[in-house]
Amino acid sequence: MLQVRPAPLAPQLPHVNMALAPALGLARLALKLESAMDINWLYGLLGGLVIGTAGAIYLLVNGRIMGPSGSLGGLMDGSDRSGEQFGFVAGLVAVPAVAALIIPMQTYAGSNWAVLVIGGVLVGFGTRLANGCTSGHGVCGISRLSPRGIVASATYVGAGMVVMTVLRHVWGMI
Amino acid sequence: MARTLFAALAGAIFGLGLMLSGMTDTRSVQGFLDIFGAWNPTLAFVMGGAMIPMAIAWRVAARRKTAVLGGSFPAMPPPRFDLNLIGGSAAFGAGWALTGFCPGPALASLSFGGWQGLVFIAAMAGGALLAAPLRR
Repeated sequence: MLQVRPAPLAPQLPHVNMALAPALGLARLALKLESAMDINWLYGLLGGLVIGTAGAIYLLVNGRIMGPSGSLGGLMDGSDRSGEQFGFVAGLVAVPAVAALIIPMQTYAGSNWAVLVIGGVLVGFGTRLANGCTSGHGVCGISRLSPRGIVASATYVGAGMVVMTVLRHVWGMI
Repeated sequence: MARTLFAALAGAIFGLGLMLSGMTDTRSVQGFLDIFGAWNPTLAFVMGGAMIPMAIAWRVAARRKTAVLGGSFPAMPPPRFDLNLIGGSAAFGAGWALTGFCPGPALASLSFGGWQGLVFIAAMAGGALLAAPLRR
């Protein structure tokens, strides 16, 4: 009687498997990433390209670093009330206002006024003292490998993560 | 006049980019800082995307002597890590975590941020004034 052997599941060719392993691994990783990916990441990337384009225009045309904290601060304390600072803040406020008429937007900010006041003072005071925020130190500074921009960005992201962890997971506040 | 117009154009594009990227949503920003919770990496994609045109712009600026509308490009600041830089950035990070707002998105969302946005912006403007005497 003839015995039929089950066919081997994979061809026993170790050199072929070894050659395919990295490709298979990459394919698996891509599938895993795709299933974990969020459409918001794509919007983030596209929005980031638009933000960077704005910074590139401001640098190449006006010769200035795009920094809303500097614009607001300069207008507030009178150290720079040039037309550029007014223009930048006006465009930044007015055009999203028009866009929000077409696409309704929300900030989902918390409604604890004390948190908003303390947070606002910390952001205004801190960015002005450090001479930059996520835009000036972050987008414009890191992209030119400015040591101050990199150190400032590492500091505010690090401090933000520590404060968030304490407030949300230790004290359960926000 | 041209300087003001192009500044307004940059501000407008910046604002639209902030809206598109989702950075005017304070939950997304707080989610990025919440590394021990449901971490949201969107902000890293925004930063990465913004680096690309900016890095190209710095390369172009290095080859040109002046900006299109005249004037030199901002020089690289000397690598001085003083208390203003570190302490200021740490204070900013704390306020950023508390509210999910940084200056750009706060201003961009002025029209649709409700009273919460107005309170934050007023406090931020006050904070900027407090820092004025400490700036060199």
